[in-house]
Amino acid sequence: MITLNHYLIISGMLFALGLAGVIARRNIIIIYMCLEMMLSAANLTLVAFSRFRVTEGLPDYAAQSLVFFTITVAAAEVAVGLAIIVALYRSKQSVETESVTKLQG
Amino acid sequence: MPSILFYLFSAMTLGFGLLVVTARNPVTSALSLAGSFVGLAALFLSLDAYFIGTIQILVYAGAVMVLFLFIIMLLDIKAEEGKKPNLPAVIGGIVLAVILALQIATVCSSFSNGAVKIKDAPLVLQKAGELAKIPTIANDLKAGVLPDAKLMGLTLFQKYGFHLQVVGLLLLVGTIGVVVLSKREKGVKDA
Repeated sequence: MITLNHYLIISGMLFALGLAGVIARRNIIIIYMCLEMMLSAANLTLVAFSRFRVTEGLPDYAAQSLVFFTITVAAAEVAVGLAIIVALYRSKQSVETESVTKLQG
Repeated sequence: MPSILFYLFSAMTLGFGLLVVTARNPVTSALSLAGSFVGLAALFLSLDAYFIGTIQILVYAGAVMVLFLFIIMLLDIKAEEGKKPNLPAVIGGIVLAVILALQIATVCSSFSNGAVKIKDAPLVLQKAGELAKIPTIANDLKAGVLPDAKLMGLTLFQKYGFHLQVVGLLLLVGTIGVVVLSKREKGVKDA
């Protein structure tokens, strides 16, 4: 039988995968995709807690509202981030993290 | 949801997630991410969050992934061929991820409330139907159906109305930001 812990562990593993991708990869677009994975892992935790915290016979909808807001913010963030990547590609002809050294001391 | 389906969709989410991190070709990564999101949406459905599951498919697996694929194809990014991966970063990433996963597993194993099963947290729709003030929601609940989208909308507009407007403003600012960012500067000739 599936317990709350199962969902939390799956979410934790997904978050860890995303973190590994953000640190290990050098392509900025893939780093962005891994960020999206980490946000989704957090969403899974919120939905799981929402379902297991039954109030008056219904799931806790405050948590699911937070998931809704997370998804909206993530969508806005992706749009702005990809615009930045396009601007970066125009000036550097590359989307590798190594090619962006302007802020390096 | 039967246990086997849970394990199937979890394996789908994590397997495609692993492919996102390891694939050399960005298009493979993007398509794997879409697969991972579909598995995740199935997990949301297993938690009775039908509205969130649908939004996950529509917004993430649909809109966001199309945006990613569009940018990958627009910029014509090739697979990293012949390039050696940055070894210290790869090792650091794997070590950090393993440490984080172990920490989460340890916390979960000592979290006593985590052992609660779905059967132990049942939805009591009839009782909730008697407490519900909105007639359509009350009728659905009394009929034994969970009106997920209606309850979600009620919460969003009743409890979080102001927050919803702030999110709308955020989307507007994001749109303006994208337009400003993608505008070419005058006098600068692009390739």
